[in-house]
Amino acid sequence: MKWLIDLFTSTLGKKLMMALTGLFLISFLVIHCTINAMIFFNDGGETFSYWGHFMGTNPIIRTLEIGLVAGFLIHIIQGLLLWRANLAARPVKYSVSKAPANSTWYSRSMGLLGTLLLLFLILHTSHFWIPNRTNQFTQGEELPLYKMMFEVFSNPWIVFLYVIGCVSLFWHLLHGFASTFQSLGLNHLKYNGIISFVGTAFSIIVPLIFALMPIAVYFRWID
Amino acid sequence: MKITLKVWRQQNANSKGQFKTYVADHVSSDMSFLEMLDVLNTSLIKKGEEPIHFDHDCREGICGMCSLYINGHPHGPQQTTTCQLHMRTFKDGETITVEPWRAKAFPVIKDLVVDRTAFDRIQQAGGYVTVNTGGVPDANEIPIPKKIADEAFDAAACIGCGACVAACKNASAMLFVSAKVSQLALLPQGHAERKERVEKMVAQMDAEGFGACTNTRACEAECPKAISVTNIARMNREYFSAMFSSYEVKVGGGGE
Repeated sequence: MKWLIDLFTSTLGKKLMMALTGLFLISFLVIHCTINAMIFFNDGGETFSYWGHFMGTNPIIRTLEIGLVAGFLIHIIQGLLLWRANLAARPVKYSVSKAPANSTWYSRSMGLLGTLLLLFLILHTSHFWIPNRTNQFTQGEELPLYKMMFEVFSNPWIVFLYVIGCVSLFWHLLHGFASTFQSLGLNHLKYNGIISFVGTAFSIIVPLIFALMPIAVYFRWID
Repeated sequence: MKITLKVWRQQNANSKGQFKTYVADHVSSDMSFLEMLDVLNTSLIKKGEEPIHFDHDCREGICGMCSLYINGHPHGPQQTTTCQLHMRTFKDGETITVEPWRAKAFPVIKDLVVDRTAFDRIQQAGGYVTVNTGGVPDANEIPIPKKIADEAFDAAACIGCGACVAACKNASAMLFVSAKVSQLALLPQGHAERKERVEKMVAQMDAEGFGACTNTRACEAECPKAISVTNIARMNREYFSAMFSSYEVKVGGGGE
């Protein structure tokens, strides 16, 4: 077993963990975004609530949810540990640095963007996921999420913070999506183009759909 | 040309350093950066001051010894080694800031000279191949496809100067280590130690205190030998497959 510990405590292994959890969280985003986009059917939340009920009660989904929480925790904790270790690797900073000439700002700011996303995640789960699951455990029934959404997004500041969260997600994904493949060792001239294209498209489309939800509710484009 | 230089001066590894400003008059635009420093040092010696210490050797861009962080770039604004950088790259009257490589694994010895023996220790950990003694083998005895030979040669172009570490926000040595791993992993001669090599070199890299890779690609952009980050992906592949499948032997014989 020593080899497995050696693997996951090495710098390469830590990045492997970041990449694997990152891809897992990306797969979660696909599901989350698809189901929430059901509100755009504008049918009074019927389709949305059907799928929301399925996700909240299906035993397989609930089991996978434990994995999802673990995935989030590993990605966040490992990310913060890497951020600290990487800072320690250069104790004395340069007085003049022209980093913008050799790399993009968002690739250098994954820790900052991740922290913004963590703050957003705390806000977001305290609005929906935590109260809903708490109610399920204590009362045995789900909360009316569709109705709650209209209450939460009636506050323009909350809508603004959600949009900030989506913008952070866009920049985080714009580097993160393609970066996972490099960390996994999957760099090949035959596939690099498609990875980069899908990564860019994904980082635009998914945060855009997410951002449209609080905006659409606030401006009553749906009811 | 008249150049104002802000140079990092540090007495030794333990002392605290600071920037000192020097004015170099009558700098020829045809001078290399190191020649400009030579002239400045001569004037310092004449004045009885301690000359600026910096690393240099071949001055032909092939040894990897020179290592100055100039105006926010390792080896200066061009994708060359410091010795191949000429004063015509700068404007008359410009202020140039010169710093040593900054990394925990590259401690400053004096002024602009840093200790890069961490790279040597990584190489000693596995960056070699076993060879048969005896007569020189026939040149084309082992067939190697041209594309593979070229790829290995591109990786082998790494001169181990440490610009990748200097450029990286994490002071990561991935580009250097991956070039050394790739060069040998690609060729049949390197296959005997292929898995052990990458395991040991990565372990040594981590022990030296280099950072992890965030895939910003700053190293590739600043490397004077244009080493590609494709090598880093290859090293990741080599490392993961080695860690999961390298040969282990039971004490008392037998293996699996």
